[in-house]
Order: sequence, then structure tokens, then C-alpha cells
Amino acid sequence: MGKTLVEKIFDAHRVEQPYPDTHVLKLDRVFCHEITTPIAITDLMARGKDRVFDPSKIKAVIDHVTPAKDSKTAEQGKILRDWARRHEIKDFFDIGRNGVCHAIFPEKGFVRPGYTIIMGDSHTCTHGAFGAFAAGVGTTDLEVGILKGVCAFKSPKTIKFNLKGSLQPGVYAKDLILFIIKELTVNGATNMAIEFTGPVVDEMSMESRMTLCNMAIEAGGTVGICYPDMTTVEYLWEYIKDEFGSKEEALKNYSKWVSDADASYEKIYEYDISKLEPMVTFGYKPDQVKSVNEMTGTKIDQIYIGSCTNGRIEDLRIAAGILKGKMISDNVRAIVSPATPAIYTMALKEGLIEIFQSAGFCVTNPTCGACLGMSNGVLASGEACASTTNRNFNGRMGKGGVVHLMSPATAAASAITGTIVNSQLYKG
Amino acid sequence: MKNFNGKVLFLDRSDINTDEIIPAKYLTEITKEALKPYLLEDLSLKGFDNKEDIKDKVVVVTRENFGCGSSREHAPWALEVNGINVVIAESFARIFRQNMFNCGMMAIELPKEKIDNLFNNYSGSITNIEVDIEKAKLFVTSSEQSEVIDFELGGFDKVLVQEGGWVNYADNRY
Ligand code: SF4
Repeated sequence: MGKTLVEKIFDAHRVEQPYPDTHVLKLDRVFCHEITTPIAITDLMARGKDRVFDPSKIKAVIDHVTPAKDSKTAEQGKILRDWARRHEIKDFFDIGRNGVCHAIFPEKGFVRPGYTIIMGDSHTCTHGAFGAFAAGVGTTDLEVGILKGVCAFKSPKTIKFNLKGSLQPGVYAKDLILFIIKELTVNGATNMAIEFTGPVVDEMSMESRMTLCNMAIEAGGTVGICYPDMTTVEYLWEYIKDEFGSKEEALKNYSKWVSDADASYEKIYEYDISKLEPMVTFGYKPDQVKSVNEMTGTKIDQIYIGSCTNGRIEDLRIAAGILKGKMISDNVRAIVSPATPAIYTMALKEGLIEIFQSAGFCVTNPTCGACLGMSNGVLASGEACASTTNRNFNGRMGKGGVVHLMSPATAAASAITGTIVNSQLYKG
Repeated sequence: MKNFNGKVLFLDRSDINTDEIIPAKYLTEITKEALKPYLLEDLSLKGFDNKEDIKDKVVVVTRENFGCGSSREHAPWALEVNGINVVIAESFARIFRQNMFNCGMMAIELPKEKIDNLFNNYSGSITNIEVDIEKAKLFVTSSEQSEVIDFELGGFDKVLVQEGGWVNYADNRY
């Protein structure tokens, strides 16, 4: 019997299997941000265990609330900053160089095929786009990760999506993952890895694959995972070129990180997605999904383009393509947060920032921003936001507000009309 | 070990997420105790009063997929500082479930029929549940009736509860 990609990663990292269903794995990366890590640091200090297993494998960023908005968030930033200095964690990204964790860490080349990664953040599943096993964990797992470089997981189960056909114009990875979550429901993939495979995924950029994998958790999945290929190698090349003689050699090395043909899956889904329409959420759960056409005309008050789901350069290009030469509706306000400084710089050079500003968008610094209603872009009660983020829970962007999750294209088009609308209306 | 014996809070809904258990705006707190007043503040459940209903409770009984959403361990902590150390549900989100055991608390899964029976037979009256970890049994009592329910407790989960969590266990072992 063959093995799945996740089983192979487990085999390569297993330290111990203390119980039949418990695998303690060695970690290649422990990622940290300023919301969940400070409390881990203070707890380790209180236990007299203020140590780190390997400062070169720990990467940290301040991203959720930046610049600090009050004394408490300033304190959280300080705890993380002091700790990074104390332990000589070189890859620590403070304001000015910081960006949304799941965008900046891959961009810096920290994620590689076959890696094991944890972070105190549920959307850590994003990094599976590189063929890594990357899982969100709580503070205690994070503490043990920091201290010992290990984490315990249950035996991995995998479901596989074989996605065929091709995405129609105006339909993107975000629409596809919303559709998949609708099919799986919010707990359909609990304790499972979700493999995204097939011609549709092969064609996708790393950015689009990250969008897909990012939302695996919204179906309860531990990780969303794609097989590494030439697209992966190209994305990483700047960081791996000293390791390999050529791109082909890198690809050959990485190609061990795929599932065997006779691997066993919990379930295999096959879809031809050629008829898929743009999708949007309507309620307070990410599996409450309808087509944009069914939701056309729904009034919105705010537009948010950004986050670890859709704040990357590809997303800004798509949104700006629709907004070029247009103005947002007088009835809405709109915010865009490029996810990292590098993305911001590219957007500036390509003239995208100017397009956003001329259309009436507020452009913020790279940050999680409105995504979690903790720093900026908070909704008032009764307001609706057209958002490219990943979570529409009750109160997520502010008490009494509602969040409609959608692609950057749909969000940009909806900004122009002030109501949810299909972006095809504004094509060309 | 923590206290696993006491009064039950029934939450008759599926998919209760961690934003409902403890809203994101309280994640700036750096002590567990500070979370105490805000447990279940944003829970959307008809007739639920987060100030009154959680008083003196030790056990939560609920439906499917409890604790979905964010990875915040603030969710089990907010329960813990309110004296709630056990959640019994049809199913849990992975991260929440692991966080509970990592803190030496218990997330117990029961089949749907058993959860339905608990709601049907006990949710209207003051109910007590005592968890026996050794025997893996729940002793359920109200003024009208009582019963014993078996549950499954994995070896790793049991050891975490007995050793008071994962940090000490891992630091000694690895
Ligand atoms: S952008 Fe939103 S979902 Fe992503 S890490 Fe930040 S807060 Fe979490």
C-alpha cells in the first residue's frame, strides 16, 4: 500500500509514537505572531523555561495589530520583540518590514516542500501550498514547539480533490475554495489533510494555491496541501539556488513529496469546475455559500481587500484591473491592505496603488487589518462588508456586522456598484 | 488534576466557534484571569445569558464541531478561569480539542444518540456530571434520574490530563 504525502512527511519527522494514534514530530519551522506568542513566552518564563530549541528555525512577525493601537497591544509587541532579541531570533519582522504572517513567511523562502510547520494561528494550513505539513496550534503546542521543536499529531487521514476543467473568466481560486467548503461543510474535513490536485491546481500560481490551502481550516481541515512542481521551484528559486545545481534538479529532489498512486484516502472528490460561477458567503458560517448571481444587489457598506487569503500581488492586480478608471460608489468606503512590504512596493511600481487611491480606496500598511476586527476597519452594528478574507463569523469584523467572503474581483466590482455584483460586468 | 465534577451548562447548538467563546478584541489580554467576564459573550443562542448561565458550572454539554475557527487557546482558558474544565460534545474542532487536553482539561466526544438523550432528559433540570478518568465513565444525575455513560479516552489524552498538560510532559521527555 502506498503512502499519502502527509504520511511521508510524518515518516520523515517522527520522533516517537507513544500511542498508536499519536505521532510526535520534529519541526522544521515554528512561526510566531504577536497575538498568540506573548502569552506562550510569559508562561515559559513563569515555568523557568525561557529557552528556544533553535533560533534559526523560529520566525516571528508583528502583523495582527500594527502599528500598536493601545497600551495592551504595545505590550504584546514588546514581549515578542524583547524575546526575539534575547534569543537571537534573526528573522523577526517588526513594523516597517512586517506583513501578514502567511504571506511574508513564504515570500521570504521559509517554507519548503516536505517541511513540518506549526504556528499559533489557524490559517497556518496556507503553507501546505508548498507541499509542507503546516498546522495551526494553540498556545501550549506553540510553547512546546518553541522549547523542544516537537509537536504531537493524530494519525493523518487525507481527502483528495481532483479538480478538472478550467476556471471561467471572473472565477478564481477563492470562488473554488468557497465552493469546496460549501460541499464539505464547516467540519467535513476535521482531523484531515485536504489534497488539492488535478489540472486546475497544476495551472495555478503559488498565490492561488495559497488561497486554496488557506481556507482548508474553514472546513475543519488540519492542512490544505498541493504537490510541489515547477511553479513551486520557480517561486522558491531565489532561496534555493545555492542548494541545487538547476531548477530541474530541485524539482527532482522535491518530487518525492507527492502521494503514491495507490495511497489510501478517506475520500476522493472529482469535480469538473468549468461551470463554476463566482461565489460569496451569506451568513455567519463559511459554508453558507451562494453564487454571486444569487446574491446580486445585496447592499454593502465597506469593502476590504487584503489578508492572508487574498492580499497578495495577484489579488491586487485583479482588483486594480477592475477598478482602473472607475470610482467606488458614494454609498461605500473601501480599504486595501497589501499583505507585505514587497507586495506594496510591487503594487506601487506597477501603478496599482494609484488606481486604488484614485478609485477612492484607503491604502493601509501591510497588516491583518480589518480581517479580525481588532485594529482597523471595524464595522458598526448592522453594517455589511464585502471582504476578501476567510472568516465570516458573527462579530468577526465588529459586533453586529456581517462579512460576505468573496474574491478580490467580486469585491472590487462590488465597490463600484455599492452592492454585491459579478465582476464580469466590469471586464475590460 | 483539575476538578471534573459539577453542574452542567447545556448549549443547544452546533458549530459554536472560538470567536463566540471569547471575542478577538480580548486577545490583547496577557493573563488568563482577565478573560473571566467575557466567556461566551458573543454566543448567538436564544435565551442565553452569559452572566447568569455560566455561574457555578463545571461541565458544558453541546452539539457538533464545538470550538471551530481560530486557534486561540484563550477559548479553553476562558472556560478554565470560570471553573469549566470539561466539554462534552458530539464532535470538536481539532485545535480546540488538542488545546483542552494540552491544558489538562477534557474534551469528551459522545455519539449523537447519547448527546440527544442528555439534552432530552436533563437539559431542563439542574444536572450534575462527574467524570471518572480511570474507568472512562460519566456519572450523570439530576433530581429525577441518573445514569452512567461510557466514553473513550485515548492514552495520550489521559496522560496529558494526569500530568497537568503537555509542557511538563514534553520537557521531561524530549
Ligand atoms: S489576515 Fe486574518 S486570517 Fe490571516 S492571519 Fe491575519 S487575522 Fe488571521
